Amino acid sequence: MSGFTRHRRSGRIIATFSGFEADLLRSLASQLVELLRNEAAVPHDHADPLEAMLRFDGPTTAPDDPVLARLFPTAYPQDDEAAAEFRRFTEGSLRDGKAVGAASIIDTLEEAGLPPHLGEQRLVIDVELDEETALAWMKSFTDLRLALATRLEVEQDDDAYWASLPDDDPRAQAHDIYEWIGALQETLVDAVR
Amino acid sequence: MATTSPVEVEPDLTPDEVTLTAKPWVTIVWNDPVNLMSYVTYVFRTYFGYDEKKAEKLMLEVHHDGKSVVSNGSREEMERDVQAMHEYGLWATMEKQ
Repeated sequence: MSGFTRHRRSGRIIATFSGFEADLLRSLASQLVELLRNEAAVPHDHADPLEAMLRFDGPTTAPDDPVLARLFPTAYPQDDEAAAEFRRFTEGSLRDGKAVGAASIIDTLEEAGLPPHLGEQRLVIDVELDEETALAWMKSFTDLRLALATRLEVEQDDDAYWASLPDDDPRAQAHDIYEWIGALQETLVDAVR
Repeated sequence: MATTSPVEVEPDLTPDEVTLTAKPWVTIVWNDPVNLMSYVTYVFRTYFGYDEKKAEKLMLEVHHDGKSVVSNGSREEMERDVQAMHEYGLWATMEKQ
């Protein structure tokens, strides 16, 4: 994996992925979009449809899903009321922003030639990002890693544990993908700065 | 500088207390096992406009001490900063000093 570099002439951030890698990124980004939209930010339990449409409120309690709880932390740990207010006014737009970021990964890969279904043919996907898209990818890589780490229960300095798992353990494979996105992220930060 | 009729100053406040009164809230970023050191430094540089040295110092505080106060200001300002940190995927909270 060579990761991201800044193209000397155009100044753009470029990377080359295999079809498999691009398809994997798309699949993870799609799952993130699903998750962000799945557990609704706004409760849909209003009896009156008009009333429901006119509600601009966001949620006031932390999401049940641990991944979402990590993506949208409680801003005021010692003040439930202030925490609820903050969440009500921020979580909706935070969710939208993260979904847009993940969608930009999907769109860029497909515009670069990733077909809807990866066939047998060998593909090379060259992506070229402007500064804005590069930042969106960077944030979204962070979200993807947070999601994977939460599901895998990654902890500080637990490399030895992951290395001890047999190669065919699905958790080990998922952890490899988590590490791979981290390595990609490292090259992206380096290329952008 | 004229010294006549001073405007209403609270004479008992020390300079530190004056600063605290004006900027009573802080944004705290907490350590997590996921975010890369380079990325956290990058966020502190780009979002807060800190120079590399300060951004790295704060990042190392987060890494080694488990948390770091990364900005201070009014409550509204800190709510903006916390929201921005959440956009970047950093674990941030706010509290009154």
